Amino acid sequence: MYDVVVIGAGVTGSAVARELSRYPLNVCVLEKAEDVCCGTSKANSAIVHAGFDAAEGSLMARFNVRGNEMMGQLAEDLDIPFRRNGAMVVCIHKEALGGLQELYDRGIANGVKELRILNREEALEMEPNLSENTQGALYAPTSGIICPFMLNIAMAENAAVNGVEFRFNTKVRSFESHICEKCGEPVWTIHTNNGDVQTRYVVNAAGVYADELHNMVSADKIHITARRGDYCLLDRECGDHVKHTIFPQPTKLGKGVLVSPTIHGNLIVGPTAVDIENKEGTNTTAAGIADLIEKSTGHVRNLPLRSVITSFAGLRAHEDHHEFIIGEVKDAPHFFDCAGIESPGLTSSPAIGEYVGGWFKERLGVEQKEDWIGTRKGITDPKTMSFEERAALIKEQPAFGRIICRCESVSEGEILEAIHRPLGAKSLDGVKRRVRAGMGRCQAGFCSPRVMEILHEELGLDYEEITKSGGHSNLVFEKTKGEGRES
Amino acid sequence: MSTAYDLVIVGGGPAGLSAAAAAREAGLESILILERDKELGGILNQCIHNGFGLHTFKEELTGPEYAGRYIDKVLELGIEYKLDTMVMDIAPDKTVTAMNRTDGMFQIKANAVILAMGCRERPRGALNIPGYRPAGIYSAGTAQRLVNIEGYMPGHEVVILGSGDIGLIMARRMTFEGAKVKVVAEIMPYSGGLKRNIVQCLDDYGIPLKLSHTVVNIEGKERVEAVTIAEVDEHMKPIPGTEERYTCDTLLLSTGLIPENELSKSAGVELSRVTNGPVVNEALETNIPGVFACGNVLHVHDLVDYVSEEAKKAGENAAAYVLGGCKDDRSGKEVKVIAKDGVRYTVPVTIDPERMDDLQVVRFRVGAVYKNASVAVYLDDERIQKRKKRIMAPGEMEQIILKKDQLLAKEGLKSITVCIEQD
Amino acid sequence: MEKRNLTCIGCPMGCQITVTMDNGEILDVTGNTCPIGDHYARQEVTKPERTVTSTVVVLDGDRPRISVKTKGNIPKSEIFACLEEINKVRVHAPIAIGDVIIPNVCGTGIDVVATRAAGVA
Repeated sequence: MYDVVVIGAGVTGSAVARELSRYPLNVCVLEKAEDVCCGTSKANSAIVHAGFDAAEGSLMARFNVRGNEMMGQLAEDLDIPFRRNGAMVVCIHKEALGGLQELYDRGIANGVKELRILNREEALEMEPNLSENTQGALYAPTSGIICPFMLNIAMAENAAVNGVEFRFNTKVRSFESHICEKCGEPVWTIHTNNGDVQTRYVVNAAGVYADELHNMVSADKIHITARRGDYCLLDRECGDHVKHTIFPQPTKLGKGVLVSPTIHGNLIVGPTAVDIENKEGTNTTAAGIADLIEKSTGHVRNLPLRSVITSFAGLRAHEDHHEFIIGEVKDAPHFFDCAGIESPGLTSSPAIGEYVGGWFKERLGVEQKEDWIGTRKGITDPKTMSFEERAALIKEQPAFGRIICRCESVSEGEILEAIHRPLGAKSLDGVKRRVRAGMGRCQAGFCSPRVMEILHEELGLDYEEITKSGGHSNLVFEKTKGEGRES
Repeated sequence: MSTAYDLVIVGGGPAGLSAAAAAREAGLESILILERDKELGGILNQCIHNGFGLHTFKEELTGPEYAGRYIDKVLELGIEYKLDTMVMDIAPDKTVTAMNRTDGMFQIKANAVILAMGCRERPRGALNIPGYRPAGIYSAGTAQRLVNIEGYMPGHEVVILGSGDIGLIMARRMTFEGAKVKVVAEIMPYSGGLKRNIVQCLDDYGIPLKLSHTVVNIEGKERVEAVTIAEVDEHMKPIPGTEERYTCDTLLLSTGLIPENELSKSAGVELSRVTNGPVVNEALETNIPGVFACGNVLHVHDLVDYVSEEAKKAGENAAAYVLGGCKDDRSGKEVKVIAKDGVRYTVPVTIDPERMDDLQVVRFRVGAVYKNASVAVYLDDERIQKRKKRIMAPGEMEQIILKKDQLLAKEGLKSITVCIEQD
Repeated sequence: MEKRNLTCIGCPMGCQITVTMDNGEILDVTGNTCPIGDHYARQEVTKPERTVTSTVVVLDGDRPRISVKTKGNIPKSEIFACLEEINKVRVHAPIAIGDVIIPNVCGTGIDVVATRAAGVA
C-alpha cells in the first residue's frame, strides 16, 4: 500500500514526486510510457515565462510567477541549464500599443518584477532583427530559457534518489475505492495493464489524459482538449538571430508564435495552436508548418528558415476554462487533480509541486526527512570544461574521449552516464533527451547505429529489442541472412 | 606523440587517403591523418556495390575494394594516422584540437591542413515533411550501414524519398535482402541518379520511380505504418487529389548531401552559398593560406574517381606549400571564374594564370537537364571554347580544361566565365 | 514478332530503345541516338548480365559481415538463385579481399569473392 501514487511522469508529476520525496511517505509514480518526459513535457517552447499573460488572480498567474521565482535556485540545485534571457512582446501595429500597457498592468498585478515598456528605438536597439514595423515592446527580463527534458528528468531522478518508486509502461485503466476498515479512510485501487496498485492518495498528473482519469472518479466532469502546436527548430548557426524570447501580442488562442534562442543555442520557432480530437496526435501538418512560417515572420525579420533542422508538434492539455485545476476532487476524497496544465505549465511545475507537497505535509502531518537530498549532480558535460579539465577527464575515463554524436559533440562517457543513472535511458530518445545525442543538425543519422551499439552492450539488449522510444518503436528487425534463425 | 606536423589531413576517406599519398609522394614526410571512424576508408566501406574505379584503375571495383587500394597505399607509404579520433576545432593559425580514447585531448600545430571531412545526408527535418516522428525513418546511408556493416534489417516494406544514387542503390540492396520496396518518389522532374542505377536498381526489380512526387504524410506513432506521397506542381507544392498511400514500415531518405564544414567555419574558411563548401583557388587552397580542401567537403561529387583525382592535387599543392617554406605566394592577380546561365558553381572559384599548371580542370554542375546544349568558356568577352554536349544533368559533374598559355596570352584578363549556351 | 522496350544506361540521355525481335532474332533496334545504345540493347535482349554484390555472415570475425561480389557478370536470371547461395554461406575469419567465398556460383562459372577483409575477433 502506497501513501501517494502520482499518475504521470511528466514535468508536473515529477515535480510533485520530488516534493513528496521530502517526507517519510511511500510514493510511487505510474507512467504509461517507457521513460519520464514523454508527453506534453517533451514538446513545448522550453520557456520559463515571466507571468504577465495569465489572468489576474488565476492559479496560472500565481504558479507561473512563483515557478519563475523558484527556477533559478532549482536549476542550481539540480544542476540543469537555465538562463534568464528576457522576453519581449512586440507590437507591430500602432493602434495595438495599448495592448502592451494592458499586459504590463496585468504583469504588475500578477507580481512580475522588472517589467518595462520599450519604445521602438529601444526595442530595435536591443533586438535588431525585430520587424521594421515594430512600434514598441513589453520587456520582461525575468523570462528565461531552460532544457525542458532536463528539468523533468532531474526532478524525477531526484525523487527516485529520495525513495520514490517509478513504474514505467504502466497505464491506468480504472479506479476503485473503498473505506479502510482499520483506519476509516478511503483507499484507492488502481487497475493498470501491469496489475493493481493500492494507495491512500492519488495525484492525477496525466497531462492530456487528466480529464479521462478525473472523469472516472467524479460526477463533476472536466474536459481537456489536445491543442496541437507545431514547431521548427533551427540550426545552431542561427541561434543568435534573436537574443531574447520574442512574442507577438497575445490573442485568445494563446501567446502566439514565438521566436527564441534555446538553452542549447538553437533557434526555436513556434507554436501554432490547433485543437484536435486525437490525444496522441503529435503529427505535424503541411498547413501547420506553413502557418508557423507565416506567423513567425511578422515580428522577426530575416528569419533563416532554410536552416530548419527539424519540425515537431506538441500537445497542450487545454482545459475548457483555460485554468489549472489543482486540488482534491470534491466527490472523490483522496483523489487530487493536477489537470489542465498547459502553458505556463513548464514554468509553473516547481510551484505546483511545492503547493501539492505542502498540501500533503499538512494533510498527513508529516515533516521533512532528515536525510532528504535536495540537490543533484548532472551528467558530466565536457563541453563546459577547459581544455585541461577535459584532457584530465579523458585520461581518467577514456570513454569521454570517444565522440558518438558529432553534431552535438556528445561522448560515449556522457551516454554511459545517461544509461546508468537512476531512471536511466533505455532507448534512443531516452539518450537523446538526456545528453542530446541525435539532437543536432544531422538528426541522428550518424550516431543512431553507434548509440544502438552502446545500448546493446550496456543493457544487454539485442539490437532487435532496441527502440526509439519504447513500445513498438523498434529500430531494426531481424539479422540479415537468417542469422540466428538457422534450424 | 609529436604535437607538430607539416600536414594534418582531417578525414581518412577517399579524399584524405588520396591527398595523403600524393603529399608523401611529393616529398612531404610529416603527415598525419585524423579519422573519426574506427577504420580508414570513409563511407566507401559501406558502399558494397560495384561501379567504382573505372577512371582510376580501369576496372570496376566495389567501394571497400576501392578504399582498400588507397588504404594499402597509405600503409605502404608509412603515413601516420589516428582512428576513432574526432577533430573538435581547427583554429585560424592551423592548430588542430582533437580527441580520442587513448591520446585524450590533444593539439597539433600544423603547417598545412587539408580539409577532407566529406559530407552528410540531409535529414528529414530539413525537408519539413509533415506527419509523425516514429521509428523507421532513416537516411539511406544510415540504413546502408545497418544492413551492410551491422547486418540488420531496418525494415521489410519500404518507401524511398529521393532518387539520388544512394537511394537507388538501397532500393536494390533492400530487395536483395528480402524487403519489398514499394516506390521511389522524387520531387524533381528528373532523377539525380545515374541512368544505370535507375535501370539496374529499380527497373530490374519492378520498383516504380515517381518523378515530381514527394512525401506529404507519415503515419505511425511508434513505427512507420504508412507513407502518403503526392505529385507536386512546378513550384514543388503538392497537388491536392494526387495523394497515394503506401502501407510500409520504413521510409528511407535520399534527398541530398551537405558538405560538412563546421570545422572549416571555425577555422575562418570562407564558404560558398551554392556548394556549402569552401571557396578555393586553382590550388584548392581556401582563403586561409595553407588550408586546402578536397572531396565532398569541397563540393559533392558524383564519382569517387574524381574525388581521388582532386584530392591528389590538394595533396601535391599542400606539399608544395610546406616545402616552399609556407609562404603565401598569392600574387593578388587571381582571375575570378564566373558561373553563369545554367552553371551553378565552379571549383575553383579563382585562378592565378601565373601560378596555375599548364592545364587546369574546372569542375561544375548544371542546374537543370540540358539536351544538345553547349558549354562555353569566355575570357572576358572572348569565347575560347564551345563544346556541344548531348546531355547535361544536375546529377553529373561536368568539367572544362583551361590552358595556361591561353590565359597568359590574354592581356588584362579580368574574368573567366563558364556558361551553358543553347543553340 | 515481339517488341522489347529498354532504357539505355550508356549515358544520362537514357534513350528509350525499342528492339524488335522474332523468335529470338533481332530484326530492328530503334530509339537509340548512338552506337552505344545499339550495342547495349542487343546485349540486353539476348544475354542480360549483372554483377551481384551482397554480404555474407562472418563467424568469429572482427566484424559481423563482409561484402562480396560475383567476380564477373552472371546471367540476370540467376541473380536471386545466386543471392540465396550467398545468404546461406557462413565464413570463418580471417578473410582477405579476393578470397573465393563460393566457387562457380549456381553453375555460372563465376566465383563469389570477398571484397572486404575480416580479421579474427
